[in-house]
Amino acid sequence: MKIRGRIIRLGDNVDTDVIIPARYLVTHDAEVLAKHVFEDYYPEFRAKASGGAIIVAGENFGLGSSREHAVIALKHSGVKAIVAKSFARIFYRNSINLGLPALVIREAGGLERLKDGAEAELDVANGVLTIIKTGEKFSCDKMPEFMMKIIEAGGLINYFLSKRE
Amino acid sequence: MTGLTAIQKVVSRKTGRPRVEVGEIVEAKVDFLMLHEVTGPLAVEEFEKISGKVWDPSRVIVVFDHDVPPSTIDLASQMKRMRSFVKKHGISNFFEIGRGGIAHQVLFEEGFDVPGCLIVGADSHTCTAGATGAVGIGVGSTDAAVVLATGEIWLRVPETLLVEVKGRLGKGVFAKDVALSIVGKIGSNGATYKTLEYTGETVSLMSLSERLTLANLSVETGAKTGIVQTDSKSIEYAERSGRCVGLLEVRSDPDADLERIEMDVSNLEPVISLPHSVDNVKPVSEVEGIQIDQAFLGSCTNGRLDDLLVASKILRGRRIAPNVRLVVSPASVKVYAEALRTGIIEEIVRAGGIVTSPTCGACLGMSRGVLAEGEVAVSSSNRNFIGRMGDKRSKVFLASPATVAASAVEGRITDPRRLLS
Repeated sequence: MKIRGRIIRLGDNVDTDVIIPARYLVTHDAEVLAKHVFEDYYPEFRAKASGGAIIVAGENFGLGSSREHAVIALKHSGVKAIVAKSFARIFYRNSINLGLPALVIREAGGLERLKDGAEAELDVANGVLTIIKTGEKFSCDKMPEFMMKIIEAGGLINYFLSKRE
Repeated sequence: MTGLTAIQKVVSRKTGRPRVEVGEIVEAKVDFLMLHEVTGPLAVEEFEKISGKVWDPSRVIVVFDHDVPPSTIDLASQMKRMRSFVKKHGISNFFEIGRGGIAHQVLFEEGFDVPGCLIVGADSHTCTAGATGAVGIGVGSTDAAVVLATGEIWLRVPETLLVEVKGRLGKGVFAKDVALSIVGKIGSNGATYKTLEYTGETVSLMSLSERLTLANLSVETGAKTGIVQTDSKSIEYAERSGRCVGLLEVRSDPDADLERIEMDVSNLEPVISLPHSVDNVKPVSEVEGIQIDQAFLGSCTNGRLDDLLVASKILRGRRIAPNVRLVVSPASVKVYAEALRTGIIEEIVRAGGIVTSPTCGACLGMSRGVLAEGEVAVSSSNRNFIGRMGDKRSKVFLASPATVAASAVEGRITDPRRLLS
């Protein structure tokens, strides 16, 4: 499974309240949620993500509330995968459950070489992020086989249905 | 073979195996599933894609709490959807507006938080159930949907960080100050995927209400859950609940493989979390004098009777500063009724505070006390992220109910020890 998109760089501790503020938790309509993604924190986000994006973030991505609306908002905005130094656990589960790959990057220092706007390809199964222009490669932890199956099925609900067939 | 951690014991029981290992991914049987009106409708929609039948309606709990009574048509519609789900599947543990309160408080009051139980909730503060030795795990809507259909959930057996708290708390220092100090020490990412297990003299001396505050903030360190080791207080709770499940001793074996940290709180001062992260903890004395616009007393963290009581003691015979509004949201209808009966509500209102219906409301900037641009709040709640309680340029400081009340009186951040007789 290979995903292509432009990198959007984010920092540490990006919480689900800034991804989608509680005032929009009155619906789970994907279009409405995407319209307000990062509204207070990064208003240009949706426009940047719209052609297909890979988020590259620091530590503890997605901390806070259990709102799955955050993953829906990101996905519908055009985010194809998230690569971060670490994830908050509920967000991580939600991301996998909705079929959005979430990989932990093994980069000891900063993530400076991963430039905002760079075109990149993520090999999800092998955990390799490649910058198209320079060919530079960054390695990520492979997702456990069980989670990979959920991703390949397109999320937990589809995985559940396919298992039953 | 080494001994077992508390979480290993509970998960082993829920998988029907003598022993599960840390790091293993297992399918566990869920005792209770909690849904509310914000994450519930999506869970129900996903559930309906995979099943027509709830695995066990007697084990599903539906609570309305985030915006009660609803302030928008959209929220009212979400509640309507949840009511028809409840009716269709015969869910008797349904807590309608006016009959429940904040979910985590309702679970505690209604005796669901039994030691050794596995409670899954579509809300991040489900870890509050650990106060009495239950394992409360917060999930999103899709996980909840699969639990609705199967009664099972996949879990990675977490590592344990044993937090031993020693020392007696001084005047004006409360469980919230201990809990915030722990978050400050561990950091907002310091216990990600782990279980926090609380022990020590300070914890033993805490009431169950205080332990709820302690367990509640576990998630702010990234933890999967937080468990207070069981003792006579939690066992008595279990016996009263009539829902005993046969694992009352929820604590790690002395030779279990775990990490430990120790804290001595004998000299702890009242503390406060500065914007915009919960782990940004400083003594209140360092930030005294910052002007505030709103003081909020409530939430699953600190909206219980003892919280309202300590605030009312500070407010008695005083008036809230003219530049401040004090918003109080009792955590449940039971708390509200008891606060009415004992005159606490009257003290709050006489001092110039306003009491809302039991709801999460202001804590997450959803209703009943949202902040405008540039406003500053001192809050007894649990999160101070950018825009958490309203406008993105507002600021939230998190503290104990006593600090909230003292700050409301003075109109600026105030160490409560000066106002406590």
